[in-house]
Amino acid sequence: MATFLGINLFGLSGQLLVGLINGSFYALLSLGLAIIFGLLRIINFAQGAIYMLGAFFAWMALQYFGINYWAALILVPLAVGIIGVLMERFLLRPIANEDHLYSLLLTFGLALILQGIFTQTYGSSGLSYAIPESLKGGTRLPFMYLPNYRAWIIVASLTVCISTWWAIEKTKLGAYLRAGTENPQMMQAFGINVPLIVTITFGFGVALAGFAGVIAAPVYAVSPEMGSNILIVVFAIVVIGGMGSIGGAIITGLGMGVVEGLTKYFYPEASTTIIFLVMVVVLLVKPAGLFGKEA
Amino acid sequence: MKINKLYLALFIFALIAPAALYPVFLMKVLCFALFACAFNLLLGFVGLLSFGHAAFLGTGGYVTGYLMMHTGVTPEIGIICGTICAGLLGAFYGKLAVKREGIYFAMVTLALSQLAFFFYLQAPFTGGEDGMQGVPRGHLFGIIDLADNMSMYYFVLAIFIFGFWMIHRTIHSPFGQVLKAIRENEPRAISLGYNVNDYKWVAFIISSALAGLAGSTKTLVFQLASLTDVHWHMSGEVVLMTLLGGMGTIFGPLLGAGAVVAIQNYLSGGEMGNYVSIIMGVIFVVCVLAFRNGIVGEINKVIKRNFGS
Repeated sequence: MATFLGINLFGLSGQLLVGLINGSFYALLSLGLAIIFGLLRIINFAQGAIYMLGAFFAWMALQYFGINYWAALILVPLAVGIIGVLMERFLLRPIANEDHLYSLLLTFGLALILQGIFTQTYGSSGLSYAIPESLKGGTRLPFMYLPNYRAWIIVASLTVCISTWWAIEKTKLGAYLRAGTENPQMMQAFGINVPLIVTITFGFGVALAGFAGVIAAPVYAVSPEMGSNILIVVFAIVVIGGMGSIGGAIITGLGMGVVEGLTKYFYPEASTTIIFLVMVVVLLVKPAGLFGKEA
Repeated sequence: MKINKLYLALFIFALIAPAALYPVFLMKVLCFALFACAFNLLLGFVGLLSFGHAAFLGTGGYVTGYLMMHTGVTPEIGIICGTICAGLLGAFYGKLAVKREGIYFAMVTLALSQLAFFFYLQAPFTGGEDGMQGVPRGHLFGIIDLADNMSMYYFVLAIFIFGFWMIHRTIHSPFGQVLKAIRENEPRAISLGYNVNDYKWVAFIISSALAGLAGSTKTLVFQLASLTDVHWHMSGEVVLMTLLGGMGTIFGPLLGAGAVVAIQNYLSGGEMGNYVSIIMGVIFVVCVLAFRNGIVGEINKVIKRNFGS
């Protein structure tokens, strides 16, 4: 067993890996929240339920239609994104001019409905989704054993996060999006179809959560509860990072996953609460969040 | 004068209600009504949406439960201690939460209450998943035996009236006027020289202490303090009660709590129990889309339209 300064490197790197994986999910979910928040100024409370929906859709696709993992990886975010578009168009837009707290409450209600429906249909115990054949097995590294699927989660989520970041910071559509974040009225005056961009953005933000749900399906039990627990952690992460920047959301998400992993190794009792404690400290020291822009 | 008659009618109704309705049900309604009124003080009168009020309800409940089970204090002392502890937690959480506004405020309070949830889940004295069971109701002032549901009911009613009166006093005090000014136009309140964050903080403490009072009382009524009370579902429920009844109205939360508790009681009996969460969600969506003023708000509108103000 490799040890360094009395630290069991095998155990430590194992927890680090778990932390990175959780961090990948945090990053995907908080990225989706940040994108939606940027343009609509609302927090999608249903993001966790959508993540759960993504996992269930993947499971149902395999179970009922024989659609394999790789196809689900494309189809499920698409389906979830369409649901998001409908949600924005028919539920959120009518109240877009009201206090933003109402949209928070509306999405909270939607989350309750989705979670209730799946609890009703599939029970709360959780279903299992097999790891796809091509990603089974693992690699033996000098200090640890790395299961292939876990490596794939990190790679897939980082790829999606970085491409999203690139698309928003470097492309024309991204420029519209950023302009819309700054001043939607002005952009509308320039003849750009802002409502359309808002709808697409919401759909995309939601699709990210659906994607996270698909890659989560083989590692976590697919259960109706899976979304709500992770969402509250993601909220804390969003408060820690502030929603000022897309890059900030990704970095904070991954970073907090690692912090959680390290805590699991050094002081397991605090592993469920560490992120909330970090949030408390950040609120005391830098209330706007690490990457926050507001005063 | 009109309002006074309404109070009197409600008071008389509350006094004779146990003759017609099951006292435990009424006590449950009163506890949740107090909880919702305390929550509404923040949402309706300061414009702060707290998504973490379950933490205070649960804290009050656990502290009172622990004292009643292990120290043999009388119930009034147990309730006072529970309320104070919830208020202290509120002072800490509130200080942090008022640093952020709007949606962030909701997320901060939700995360902080989750912190409390995990604390109570792991702390040895709470009984974890099982909760504290068989909390004795004790003898009020050492004399009146509360094991009797009727004496318990009037005790709960007295507590509710006290809490309701506290909120009423707060809203109609100069302090309450400043709170409303903050809700309507925060920058102007700042420019008039009010330290807005301190006002919000004090309102948060009052609200959390009263939520704790509701939790303490609830523990005595059901002789149980459990994780359900600190779960984020509970925070959502109180938002629903207030929204349904009418936020920013005095009687709204009372009516909303009555309606939600009645729905839950009705559903949990039959095989519809599993649909509670779906139905709650649907009520949320319908309220937000069609019915933002809540029941009392809509009634007020009708009264205004037909009878003038």
